[in-house]
Amino acid sequence: MIPGVTIYEILTVTTLLFFIGVYGFVTRKNLISILLSVELMLNAVAINFVAINKYLYPDMLEGVYFSVFIIAVAAAETALAISIIINLYRLVTSVDVNVTETMKH
Amino acid sequence: MDILSLFVIVPVLTVLILVFAKDLKQARTIALIGGLVQLGMAVNLLFEYFKERALVPTSESPMLFVKDYIWFENFNIHYTIGVDGISVAMLILTSIVVLAGVFISWKIKDLPKEFFVSLIVLATGVYGFFISIDLFTMFIFYEIAVIPMYLLIGIWGSGPREYSAMKLTLMLMGASALLLVGILGIYFNSNADGGALTFNILEIAKVNIPFEAQKLFFPLTFIGFAVLGALFPFHTWSPDGHASAPTAVSMLHAGVLMKLGGYGIFRVAMYLLPLGAIDWSWFFIILAVIGVVYGALAAIRQNDLKYINAYSSVSHLGMVLVALLMLNKTAWNGAILQSLSHGFMTALFFALIGMIYERTHTRDIQKLGGLLKVLPFISAVYIIGGMASLGLPGFSGFVAEMNIFVGAFQHQDLFHRVATIATISAIVVTAVYILRVVGIMLMGPIKNEEFNDLPPSTWFERYGLYLLLIPIIGMGMAPLWLSDMILDSLTPFIARF
Amino acid sequence: MDFTYTILIPLIPLAVFLILGLNALKIKENVAGIVGVLGLLASTILSFYTAFQYFFKVGKVDGVYQTFVEKTTWMNFTDTLAIDMGVLIDPISVMMLVVVSTISLMVHLYSRGYMHGDQGFTRFFAYLSLFSFSMYGLVLATNLFQIYIFWELVGVSSFLLIGYYYTKPSAIAASKKAFIVTRFADFGFLVGVIMIGFYTGTFDFVTLNDPIALQDTASPIMQNIGVTFMGFSVITTALVLIFVGGAGKSAMFPLHIWLPDAMEGPTPVSALIHAATMVVAGVYLVARLFPMFHFIEGGIALEVVAYVGGFSSLIAAVIALTQYDIKRILAFSTMSQIGYMMMALGISGYGGVEGLGFTASMFHLFTHAMFKALLFLGAGSVIHAVHSNVLQDMGGLRKYMPITNITFLIAALAIAGVPPFAGFFSKDEILAAAYESNQLLFWVEWIVAGLTAFYMFRLYFGIFWGKERVYKHAPHESPLSMTLPLMFLAVVSAIAGLVPFSQFVSPDLVGYTTHIHMDIAAMSVGIGVLGIAIAWIMYKKETTIADKITSAFGFFYKWTYNKFYIDELYLFITRQIIFKRIAQPFAWFDKNVVDGTMNLIGNTTVDISKKIKGAQSGKVQDYAFAFISGVVIVIMVFIYFMN
Repeated sequence: MIPGVTIYEILTVTTLLFFIGVYGFVTRKNLISILLSVELMLNAVAINFVAINKYLYPDMLEGVYFSVFIIAVAAAETALAISIIINLYRLVTSVDVNVTETMKH
Repeated sequence: MDILSLFVIVPVLTVLILVFAKDLKQARTIALIGGLVQLGMAVNLLFEYFKERALVPTSESPMLFVKDYIWFENFNIHYTIGVDGISVAMLILTSIVVLAGVFISWKIKDLPKEFFVSLIVLATGVYGFFISIDLFTMFIFYEIAVIPMYLLIGIWGSGPREYSAMKLTLMLMGASALLLVGILGIYFNSNADGGALTFNILEIAKVNIPFEAQKLFFPLTFIGFAVLGALFPFHTWSPDGHASAPTAVSMLHAGVLMKLGGYGIFRVAMYLLPLGAIDWSWFFIILAVIGVVYGALAAIRQNDLKYINAYSSVSHLGMVLVALLMLNKTAWNGAILQSLSHGFMTALFFALIGMIYERTHTRDIQKLGGLLKVLPFISAVYIIGGMASLGLPGFSGFVAEMNIFVGAFQHQDLFHRVATIATISAIVVTAVYILRVVGIMLMGPIKNEEFNDLPPSTWFERYGLYLLLIPIIGMGMAPLWLSDMILDSLTPFIARF
Repeated sequence: MDFTYTILIPLIPLAVFLILGLNALKIKENVAGIVGVLGLLASTILSFYTAFQYFFKVGKVDGVYQTFVEKTTWMNFTDTLAIDMGVLIDPISVMMLVVVSTISLMVHLYSRGYMHGDQGFTRFFAYLSLFSFSMYGLVLATNLFQIYIFWELVGVSSFLLIGYYYTKPSAIAASKKAFIVTRFADFGFLVGVIMIGFYTGTFDFVTLNDPIALQDTASPIMQNIGVTFMGFSVITTALVLIFVGGAGKSAMFPLHIWLPDAMEGPTPVSALIHAATMVVAGVYLVARLFPMFHFIEGGIALEVVAYVGGFSSLIAAVIALTQYDIKRILAFSTMSQIGYMMMALGISGYGGVEGLGFTASMFHLFTHAMFKALLFLGAGSVIHAVHSNVLQDMGGLRKYMPITNITFLIAALAIAGVPPFAGFFSKDEILAAAYESNQLLFWVEWIVAGLTAFYMFRLYFGIFWGKERVYKHAPHESPLSMTLPLMFLAVVSAIAGLVPFSQFVSPDLVGYTTHIHMDIAAMSVGIGVLGIAIAWIMYKKETTIADKITSAFGFFYKWTYNKFYIDELYLFITRQIIFKRIAQPFAWFDKNVVDGTMNLIGNTTVDISKKIKGAQSGKVQDYAFAFISGVVIVIMVFIYFMN
């Protein structure tokens, strides 16, 4: 609970953050940028969890647990994604999604 | 353990043991033992059937050794099995062809274990189909029999095998979609006289399904099965499929699997929907007669041995369909006998073609010649098979065809007369294409120097051929017991018409 | 008297066939020959014993020959219609047993010499045994279906034997032709048999031939006589169709085209199958059903038989005049003589002396078998000596082959109808019967008698007299194994005419006495001698008369020499019309239209899927965009409806 800041303002920020992530995910061609966008979305969700928990159910902690959980999953996912991207880079010397179309056929 | 379920259990056990086989030698030994056990069971079943039939006449119980296990209660699906004379004959056919197929595949090169597994899974489906008297169980076994075909042709085939396998599977699957609709149609009408919905054939046969429903579902069921029986114009999967399939698969497919079509039409479409059959018979007679004449004529101009045999199958199985649609006992008897006879004959032909191909690496008759001199045994058997195929007395084909012709002649109106005469005329065309092959391929001078030292037939090839020749000649020489057994089993069917 | 043992007559050759056929590559020539001959000897002894028992001991009861039948069910069609297998003993079947046994035994003996050293010797004897089995079965058949079964089997034995030299293209073509042409005829036969079975309810000869039932329209056989097909009773149609089968096997016009080509087979085979036994099966078939042919609708079917027979005998005799291959001349002669037999059956009546035509036909069948087999075996002996079939390669052989010369001459005199040889008596009866009932056919046959005498002596003089050719090896007389059958058959051909045949064989089974018809005999001998005389003038010494006549006839000669182009007509129909215009389009239709339709369905599915495949770009971003847009739209819609 931050004095002077209502839940609406926080939600507006996280919504913006989330859609910036969506925009980045859809438009970026660089895999790393896409990964960053995904992180943005995840963080937006994590902030939402914490904010809603604090503002609506101040005596509970589930939302906080969830955000911790999300951060952990995001870390693991990033590690995995980075390793895939590195391998892919070794294979095709590019991190551009348009080049990595082998599985389409 | 009842003696019928064994027909499903033994092949399944064979498959399970095959999974542990290490190489070709083990795989084929296991398959051979499985095949021998199945043949023994089939012969045993024949004797048991005669014993039991002497005690229980057909009028009392059309099916013998009936066993019923509930399987899926909500929809009243049972695992119900039982046999009459027709299914006993078909089981014997299957067991012989399967065993011959194992002999012929004695030296299969690629993935032997998987090959035999697929082959025996296919056989399991066929056995199950012939013993079930529950429509749903029957349908499941039907699918079990059809699916391995795709793998067998796609993996072990030759030529444009993906194309052929895909075409065959798609056409048969399309047919089974129609079939499923037909079967469900029958199921949902099986309470027409009150009572519960049922899949049991014997129960449904007691119900008077309304005429409108029969008229609607008969063509669906008929075509569903008839595609497998190579009904014109749905036969095109057969030449391509057979040409691409490996030898044993062609044998099993043409010899046994295609018989499922005729058998299913008879057991399901005609037995359960007799009014529909009467109403539609004229239309399907036209198609079937076209198939008979057309298959024979198309065979005249082919040069690939497998294509010749495939078109010959279209012609012979067309006769089965014509006979079934003639709706009397003599013709039906002929249809069943023709199914058996064609099963043995065509398996024999495909086996021979496989042997010739293996040695000469061609199936084009124009490139072959004078084989009688270099491969006397195989050629002599080919001639005998040819004679059987063109309906020479003393072989099974004659017995079957005469029943069909005499039966078909019982109808006095012009339409049936024309159909009958057209069907009979096929025997002349058959003689032409059989003698053409014999003349070009077996007789005459040797066309290729390399053919002078072809390896002679091996023991397993001989056994395979003997196995198929014995029933062909046996049926042809002494048809009385078989034909009477089938005639007797036809009584409940004719009572429906 | 129990005639069950006669079942052994066909079964012994069958056993021999199985023994030799299954071990064709292992059994040596000597053994095969001995086994074959002994097997047939056993059958022959049984046949003669049967004939003796039947004709002289037990056959006749109260002046009527009895019919003995032993049979068992082979297969049931319906509750009332079945195929039986068994033996039927009556005068004509016993007579045929004697004919088949005699000729077959002689041919077996002869083949041991003729085929000596041939690679496929054992196979040859196996085929001969198969043929003997089938022919005996045909002769002894108790019903139409049994006769049809053995009919097909003789057909296949004939196919195998014609194609015996299977590396020779002409032999293959000939065997195929023989089989397919007769098969085509058998198609008619089969339809006829099925019709008879359907409309009369039986296949059985005894029931079908019962003269009382045939004259009673209420009897089960006649109940459907009123059903018509194209203006004739269905029974008549069936009989005509059955005759088509007979005409195919007996090489009647227009189904005769296979017989000359069938001469590609080894000569003993031509003697046995294509001269003496199998080709007369058609005559035997009509004779078997003679009461039916006679009584149904006043014998319309029988008239067809008579005219087809008469025409065939004429056309064959004309063609024989111009041929050069000695076996083909004999083949056309066979066709001509069978035409005689058919014609005689066709004009025959039923009871007593009325049945002279029937008797004469059977008599001629009997004598013809003997002298024609002799002619063929003699021709074989000649071919064996000079290694050629063609008349131009022969001449003056009488010095080298005295026995063949004499026996051939006897046979030629017999076929020309010179008394006292066998052919004279049977031909005289035929002509007498024709004179009584059909003048047109009588004069045709009278001319044919002259033509026969001419072409036979053209052949005889051409081979044994005329100009001596230069031979590579000096021709020599054949070994004893070959000349012995010749001599035996020569004796039979000389004296067989003295058998009082009408006492044994007549349509009503009673038997009657015939005498020689002096006026007709004088006419027939007259034209016969005239024919011989012309041949003597033209061919005894080499003269140019023949060539002059040939050129005088020019066009007609060419037509005759080419057998009136009937073969070409058939070739045109099969090659150009059936193969090219029907079978080929069918194959094309199947590949392109039927299969094309199926492929079209498949391809359309593939095309559609290709079109919509673009949506599945494989780019996760596109999917994500679509997913999120979808979610947004769904939420908006949801909110809209919530309010």
